[in-house]
Amino acid sequence: MRRLALLAGVFTSIFGCAVATDAAAETEVVIHYIKQEVAPPPTLSNLDPIPEDLGLRGAELGLEDNITTGRFLGQSYELSVTRVPEDGDFVAAVEAALAETDLLVLDAPADQVLTAADIPAAASALIFNAGAADVALRADACRANVLHTIPSYAMRADALMQFFVKRRWTEIALVEGERADDQAWADTMEASARKFGLSFGARKTWAFDADMRRNAAQEVPVFTQELGDYDVLLVADAADDFARYISFNTWQPRPVAGSEGLRPVVWHRVVEQWGAAQLQSRFTELAGRDMKDRDYAVWAAMRAIGEAVTRTGAADAATLREYMLSDAFELAGFKGRPLTFRAWNGQLRQPIPLVHERALVAQAPLEGFLHQRTELDTLGLDEPESGCSAFGN
Amino acid sequence: MKLPILTTCAALLCSAAWADEIWVTNEKDDTISVIDIETLEVVRTIETGERPRGITFSKDYSVVYICASDSDAVQVMDPETGEILHDLPSGEDPEQFVLHPDNRHLYIANEDDAITTVVDTETRTVVAQIDVGIEPEGMAVSPDGKIAITTSETTNMAHWIDTDTQELFANTLVDSRPRHAEFIKDGTELWVSAEIGGTISVFDVATQTEKAKIDFEVANIHPDRVQPVGFEFTTGDTHAFVALGPSNHVAVVNAETYEVEDYILVGRRVWHMDFNRDRSQLFTTNGVSGDVTVIDVASRKAIKSIKVGRFPWGAAFRPTD
Repeated sequence: MRRLALLAGVFTSIFGCAVATDAAAETEVVIHYIKQEVAPPPTLSNLDPIPEDLGLRGAELGLEDNITTGRFLGQSYELSVTRVPEDGDFVAAVEAALAETDLLVLDAPADQVLTAADIPAAASALIFNAGAADVALRADACRANVLHTIPSYAMRADALMQFFVKRRWTEIALVEGERADDQAWADTMEASARKFGLSFGARKTWAFDADMRRNAAQEVPVFTQELGDYDVLLVADAADDFARYISFNTWQPRPVAGSEGLRPVVWHRVVEQWGAAQLQSRFTELAGRDMKDRDYAVWAAMRAIGEAVTRTGAADAATLREYMLSDAFELAGFKGRPLTFRAWNGQLRQPIPLVHERALVAQAPLEGFLHQRTELDTLGLDEPESGCSAFGN
Repeated sequence: MKLPILTTCAALLCSAAWADEIWVTNEKDDTISVIDIETLEVVRTIETGERPRGITFSKDYSVVYICASDSDAVQVMDPETGEILHDLPSGEDPEQFVLHPDNRHLYIANEDDAITTVVDTETRTVVAQIDVGIEPEGMAVSPDGKIAITTSETTNMAHWIDTDTQELFANTLVDSRPRHAEFIKDGTELWVSAEIGGTISVFDVATQTEKAKIDFEVANIHPDRVQPVGFEFTTGDTHAFVALGPSNHVAVVNAETYEVEDYILVGRRVWHMDFNRDRSQLFTTNGVSGDVTVIDVASRKAIKSIKVGRFPWGAAFRPTD
């Protein structure tokens, strides 16, 4: 770990005071981004390939942003990148990274996030989960050394349900895929619907193996006929396999939401308000493509580190973690309000855009959903229900 | 084709003879709405380049400068005819600018490029480009012309530029997403608003140190939504009127005590503003509701809403005598 701690006296002088352009002491921040490559399951359509550099470009943009700010404060940033192949040694990659720095950004499935967090050398590190939306990581499987910049499935599901409540679409049906992550997403949406007092009706598994590009029009009406009547049809299809063939082919003429139609997302090209257009254009210039969910979550992790370094002048994991979990921390994340971390499970609070492919429909939390702390805590696991004890509360 | 032009000219002469104006840029309509201060109505709508935001008149009001952000140009317009005279080289994506007291140099924030561009409006050339933080926006020049300020939204700083050397001589941290800057009290104080931080930082100019921080608290509105953006000062710099964005309020701040004295309900997502001639009325642009609120300064009450174009952004006063 290369770091140069400034003296405490110098810290205080940074707050609100003039900082010389050529700051005497140099704080060097090294961040290691580790991406576990995962083979995407086969899908019916190849229309939307997953970018090879998903996530990585978010890290690069966050690095650029941090460097620009850091050069006025005598703080420098370095990004190391490790891409672990599908059959690669993830643990070895994390250990190698920990030998270099104690600031890691992980873009990996939930079980590997836990594996990394439990490596002895990681005990004093600060790990950002920018890839796994699993609710358990924010609940009983939480780890004190892991903060989450990607929203949980629960946050996204709650965002969608708030919209249904607002529109009074109270009767819900659901179609889910056969994969474990489809079912986890479906379970989360069902739990959320019940939490918001919506009526959850039929739930069917999509078990066709035909090529839906050819006969969706024939199959889907019959398949959805059995769902009875409902206001909105949820589709849980984490791999983006069949959901695209549901819209307009349902037996009942009803809107589709979840993995298709109206989607709760982390980020999307249609988000333009709150200065977001600037982030979008900086990303597009860098990457030559639109910014996606994973890119945003990785960018937010990089910027959270940058913001904490800017404000504390420190570069060590312990100081940065403490600052990020304090009331003083806030990240300008282009979502219309400051983003902060939940002190009880390390989740980055953030609004959830509800989008279709062409426009932003709404952004949760929606008006009228109140919370004694912040309306953002109407999304996802609130303190009493999180079941996370690692954060000492 | 001749007749409509004649009519426009006639209308123009009329309005010119009668009343002062407030010019409002409509970001998503590519137009300017001209409000007659006497009748409080829109009397002219003028086409501009793409995505007009910052707007300022030359000191003698003979031309008006407009940041046409998506056209990557600062347009120079004849305010009498509404004709674009020429474009100035502005760097990419100009958002805000400020005219130096010499009435000649424009300091322009290039939002996408992390650069402040200095343009000579007479020779129409770029005099200097200064590297600043990410997403520069707020711009100010001290009354003596010696210091220019750029605030950068993502770097969260006020950058202090020496206008002799066109180089930075200080960078001061403020809260998240600084948006607007103004020198007051003969250039001894600098105010910088931070939209996401929800504060205004007050700096002592001589030492570039923060001497006060102003917080806002609007009843029944979560602090996250109280987002200070544009602000202007009453005669003698005694009070500031501060636009608080999506809280839909304007705050009145005592500039001596730094205490907030009042909150005035206006249109949705209030953004920038300007006063009439004697500063008895204030005109605020409300981005989301697409209107301008007229505030009576003495009573601190909103007296009228005027419908303008889509997403009104900047406002500038124009005397017509």
